[in-house]
Amino acid sequence: MTDAKRRILLKGSLTVGAVGAAVGTGLLMPRALLAAWPESAFTAEQVDDALKELLGTATHETSANVKIKAPDIAENGAVVPVTVESQMEGIESISIIATGNQAPLVASFNLGEGALGYAATRIKMAKTATVVVLVKAGDKVMSASKEVKVTIGGCGG
Amino acid sequence: MEKSIKIRARLKKDAVTGDTVTEVKTLISHPMETGRRKDQKTGELIPAHFIREVVCTWKEKEVMKALWSGGVSKNPYLAFRFKGAKEGDTVQISWTDNKGESGSATAEVK
Repeated sequence: MTDAKRRILLKGSLTVGAVGAAVGTGLLMPRALLAAWPESAFTAEQVDDALKELLGTATHETSANVKIKAPDIAENGAVVPVTVESQMEGIESISIIATGNQAPLVASFNLGEGALGYAATRIKMAKTATVVVLVKAGDKVMSASKEVKVTIGGCGG
Repeated sequence: MEKSIKIRARLKKDAVTGDTVTEVKTLISHPMETGRRKDQKTGELIPAHFIREVVCTWKEKEVMKALWSGGVSKNPYLAFRFKGAKEGDTVQISWTDNKGESGSATAEVK
């Protein structure tokens, strides 16, 4: 082997080593995670369509075991805090829908092993509407909802 | 634009079950543009730019994966809880947006 070739070979193995280390430390995310974003569910304009795309069904049952916390009146529709809590067993995902938005599905949280039925975030709301939260456990989808009045600019509405 | 993540992981007692759980709270700096908003001066649509996924890992396990649309507020806030972590463990939060930009941060469970 000539010296030049040997150099190339060494360079090559070094690069592989660096990529491997990056994956190991979590700098690079596995591609499978990137591919999972359900575009059709997030772009759907009808609530039922979004739910079918996301959960495989638009059927859900109101349950006292799903709790939603959101303000009665949101003065700023751009920042509406929503908290979801449920003690159900085997929760796979928690989803938040703002029925008045052009694209109603706002967020969905897939829960891994050990994760509890709890998620809190802040959402945008285009207008006064019902916020529906859905908890999927096995083949069941349970829900809770709350109307949030949105007063744009705080002038009352 | 500055992009940063604030992350905090605290052990607390679950009010209902009494179990020790880890509550992770995070705040990410991000514009979260839906792509439907118009620039007030030019009248042109502001291109979509929002976080699609936020993944939390603990001990190389995926504890939670959030899938978001542009409907999540600007500079998004996220809180969730999980069981099993101990004081001193590390949790990592990583996000990816629709432009392929990403960021991550870690926190020690306290």
